[in-house]
Amino acid sequence: MSMKKALSGWGVLILFLVSMTVQAALTEVQDVRYQSWIHELRCLVCQNQTIAESNAPLAADLRDQVRSQIEAGRSDEEIRSYLIARYGDFVLYNPPLKPRTWLLWLAPFGLLALALIIVLRRFIKPENSQ
Amino acid sequence: MKLRFLLPLFFIAGMFALFALGLRLDPHEIPSPLIGKPAPEFNLPTLEGKPATLNMQQLRGQPVLVNFWASWCAGCKTEHAFLLELAQQPGVNLVGVNYKDEADAAKKTLAQEGNPYALVAVDHEGKAGLDWGVYGVPETFVLDSSGVIVYKQIGPMTAEAWQIIQPMLK
Repeated sequence: MSMKKALSGWGVLILFLVSMTVQAALTEVQDVRYQSWIHELRCLVCQNQTIAESNAPLAADLRDQVRSQIEAGRSDEEIRSYLIARYGDFVLYNPPLKPRTWLLWLAPFGLLALALIIVLRRFIKPENSQ
Repeated sequence: MKLRFLLPLFFIAGMFALFALGLRLDPHEIPSPLIGKPAPEFNLPTLEGKPATLNMQQLRGQPVLVNFWASWCAGCKTEHAFLLELAQQPGVNLVGVNYKDEADAAKKTLAQEGNPYALVAVDHEGKAGLDWGVYGVPETFVLDSSGVIVYKQIGPMTAEAWQIIQPMLK
C-alpha cells in the first residue's frame, strides 16, 4: 500500500517536472516577445498590475493565452486584435491613439505648451515694457 | 482685470465638475467590446449531462441570459435569490456557465440554494470565459434571439439592472 502511495507520489512529481519543461519550451526570440507582451497587458481584475506581475487566475490565463499564441506563430497584430476583441483597449497599458483617446494623449502636450506660454510671457514682458 | 482673481475659482469649479463626473464612474466596470456583436461560439459539457453539451446554436431563436458563475464566488451568492426570482418569470431563459469550478461543488450549491438555470454549461478551464471577455464572476450577458450580445451586467444581477434589461428581451 505505502509502496503504491510512494510510487504515485513520484509519478506526480515526475509529471510536474515534465509539465514544467513543457512550459519552458519557448525559444529565445519567442521568450523576448512573450516577456514584452506580458509587461504590456493589464490584469483586468487588479487593474493596476500587468499580467506579468499579477497572481490573479485571470492573469495566468491571459499569460497562457499569449504564450500559446506566440508558440502558434501569431503576429503581434493578431495577438493584439485577439485581446482587444475580448477585453477592449483597457487591456493595453499603451492605449492606441484614436479620437476617443486624443484628449488622453494630447492633454500633456497642451498643458506643457500652456506652461511654456505663461513662463515666456513672464520673462518677455518686462523687457518689452522697458 | 478683476476677472484675473476669479480665474482660480473657475479652475477649481472645473476640477470639481471633473471629479463629480469621474468619481461616479466605476473603474471595475470595463465596457465590453462584444456588445452589438454575435456571442462567441463555444461548445461545453453540461453540469447535469442532459443534453451532453451546450453550444451557441442551441441558444439562438429566443432571447437568453447567459450568467457566468461559480460556487466559490461571493457575488454569485448575492445575486442567487434574484436569479431564482427571475427564472420564475415567463419569457426569461437563464443559462448558467459554471466558470472555473469543481462539478461537485457546483452541484452542491445548486442543490442547497436552488437552481435558477434551464441549463448549466461547464467551463472548467475558463476558456469560454476568456472568449467572452469575462474577468470576474458573476457576469451576465443578454443575448437577443439571433445570438447577438445586447448587454452585459458586470457583477451581481440587481433589480436596477433588470429594469434596463427587461425591455431588451422583447
